[in-house]
Order: sequence, then C-alpha cells, then structure tokens
Amino acid sequence: MALHHGAAFDTGIVYNARPFKYRILQMLEVSNLACSRGDHRLFSGLSFTLRPGEIMQVQGENGSGKTTLLRTLCGFVSADEGGIAWNGAPVASLGEGFHAEMLYLGHLNAIKDDLSGLENLKISAALSGQVLTDATVKTVLRRLGLKGRELLPCKVLSQGQRRRVALARLLVSEARLWVLDEPLAALDVRAVGLIQDLIAEHLSRGGMAIFTTHQPLQVDGMEVRTLALS
Amino acid sequence: MSTTSSLFGMLQLVIRRDMTLAMRRRADVLTTLIFFVMVVSLFPLGVGPEMDMLRKIAPGVLWVAALLASMLSLGRLFSADHQDGTLEQLMLTPQPLAVIVLGKIIAHWMLSGLPLVLIAPVLGIQFDMSVETLGILILGLLLGTPVLSMIGAIGAALTLGLRGGGVLLSLLVLPLCIPILIFGTGAVDAVATGLNPASHLSLLGALLVLALVFAPWVTAQALRISME
Repeated sequence: MALHHGAAFDTGIVYNARPFKYRILQMLEVSNLACSRGDHRLFSGLSFTLRPGEIMQVQGENGSGKTTLLRTLCGFVSADEGGIAWNGAPVASLGEGFHAEMLYLGHLNAIKDDLSGLENLKISAALSGQVLTDATVKTVLRRLGLKGRELLPCKVLSQGQRRRVALARLLVSEARLWVLDEPLAALDVRAVGLIQDLIAEHLSRGGMAIFTTHQPLQVDGMEVRTLALS
Repeated sequence: MSTTSSLFGMLQLVIRRDMTLAMRRRADVLTTLIFFVMVVSLFPLGVGPEMDMLRKIAPGVLWVAALLASMLSLGRLFSADHQDGTLEQLMLTPQPLAVIVLGKIIAHWMLSGLPLVLIAPVLGIQFDMSVETLGILILGLLLGTPVLSMIGAIGAALTLGLRGGGVLLSLLVLPLCIPILIFGTGAVDAVATGLNPASHLSLLGALLVLALVFAPWVTAQALRISME
C-alpha cells in the first residue's frame, strides 16, 4: 500500500498498524430507516449492512439527507422509523459504548481556533480515551504536511490546513467505524491522496467507513459501495 | 489504563480544556468581573453616602449583581463549542455526557463565579459591611454561585442555537434563581440583625446538592434535544 505521498508526507510511519482488539465479526446494520426534517420526509425504508473492510459512499443531491443520515448514525438525530444496530445490538441501548467504536468527522472541523494544532489533536484524542505524547502528535501533523505549524494557533491556518488538523484524528483513531461527512472538502490533491490511503489502511485492518463526498474518491483495491438518496 | 478512561479523568480533562481556552481569551473572563464591580459600585454613588441605607441594601445589591454577572457568561457556555463543532465531538466521547457537562459547569464556575466570590469582600467595604456580615456573604456566594452556574447551564443548553437566545436565556433562568437570591441575602440579613444564619446557609447547601445531582443530567438531555 502506498503510504508515501509526496515530500510533504515523508515520515511514512503507520500509526494505526496495531490490529483491532476484537476480531469477532462486527457490523453495522441499518434497517428500514426513515428520517425527516420538519414536515419534509428525507428518506424512508433505508436498509443496508456494513461489514468489516467495507466502505460505503452516500450519494445524493444537496438536501437529500446525506448529512442527516450520518448524524442519525451518530445518534444526534433520532429516526422516525427503523433501527440501527451495532453487532446485533440496537445503538440506542449501547449508549456511550458505541461512541468508543466510532469516529465522526462532520462538516465543521471541531477544532478550537485559539488552540494550536498540537493541543487540538491531543485534546480530541484524550476525549476519545487516548493519551498521546507531543512527539506522536508532531509526527502525525508532519505527515499531514503541517510541519512547522504545529504550535501556531489554528486561527492563523488556512481552511485546508484546518481541515488537515481535523483529519489528523483519522491517523490516531482506534475506532472501527468511521463516519465521514465531506472529508475531502477544502483539501488539495496531495491531501486527498493521503486520506484515500488512510481509508484503505483502515479498511485493510477490518475497519468500516461510511462517507459523503462530491469529489471522486478511490480506495486502492476496494470496492466502494454506493447508497443513493433521492 | 489511560487517564481519560475513568469518569474522574474525563472530568479533569474537560475542566482543564475549558480553563486553557478561557486563558486564551482572558477578555471574556474579565468582562464578567468588571461588570460585577461596576454594577455594585454604581449603587453607593446613586444612593448617596448614608451608611445605614448602604448597609441595608448591601447584600441585595451584591447578590443581584452576582446574578446578572453570571447571566453574562452563560451564553458562551455551550455556544462556542456548538459553533465550531467541538460540542458534537464532546457528545461522542465514550463517557456519559453528564460528566462532560459537569466538567464544563465546574470550569464555568471557576471562571465566572469564583472571581465574584473573591472580589465581593472588597466591594462590601464600599457598603460599610461588618466583618461578620462579609464572612456570611462570602459563604453564601460560595454555596450559591455554583447553583447559578448549574441552573444556567440547563437554560444555556435549551436555548442553544436559537436566535436571540441570550435574552430568552435570562428570562428562563432568572426566575429559577430567586430562591438562591432569597436565601443568600437572608443569611446576611440574619447576621446583621443578630440572628443565626445557619438555616439560610443550610438551605443554600441543600440547593447546591440538589443541583449537583440533577443539573448535569438535565443539561445533558437538553443538549441532546438542541442538537437535533
């Protein structure tokens, strides 16, 4: 798998190399899901299954409910009908236990403008239960092409650089399910390549991903399933 | 075992995070404190230098000013995190949301309540308050201001993302703070008239315990509703 992607990401260290703790079959099952915003029904009767190593792209026009679907998976939005199950158990009954298994990257970067990239990544990793050393965080940020900018407050970074700080969470995440809303927005070609590699790496370790994007995303050797919302 | 895998570790982390963020924006913390000092200092100027009158109104003025000052910073409790998306991430941590909320409330109190408690004795001197009344005032504020933060957090969570949420928040929270105002000023009045303030302080303490148990949980539920 190509981990090197140009000079900007030259460290080539794989942080996610350790296998997941449990090798038993895990999966995300969505059955007969229906959601609406206000009186407007966005989608109904939506069913799919995501197994380890699988990736799914949610397609649809603006306003077709892509983000709502992803937010429903995270538990932010409650579904009108249907259910979401993780390893056979309803997500609602798992509560915080499910949060440890997933990583959500939304439209918003979820980084604090007043904090540096280093602090942002350390805090967000700590919130999901991981303690990272400064050295690890610096190597991660360097791989994302933020060398020399690790200690700058994020408010002075460009839009794309801030997105990279947000995406740095993918490099250190131990979550099995990635829920990514427009992960490629504001990124340049090189960063897009890196994200594709990261996703491929994640899938090859038995991870799962569901994402939305308006840009083409290719994952080496993996078939990207599509889910069309109309 | 990492430090954030326990409830207490998560609580500490959230408090540290919010304190670090506040230190990067000291102006926000100072605004609350300066507002409190200004409002309290306006009264002796407006009422005039009649010592008896000033001594009488002192507890009420200080408590009302503390109440209003704590309203100022409430709007920021969740809205900043809501705007940049970090609130979503806080809600997806593997620990109960109530713990995160409690951490945020404690940090909020340390930044907006505690400074008021510490500066209150200095302001009390303007009203010619005696040492005993000042002592009880501080004790009352120490018990009461955390409750203000906790009740305020419920309101802040409910009005999250609403237009004109700031005014609505005050309208929602201020009436709920009336008991704290009554017991807080009551304790000081009791000492001033030679009575025992213990009953008022006990009631404040009881409110604090009650709020500590229920407020984080209610706030967490309110946040979930607001995030939909």
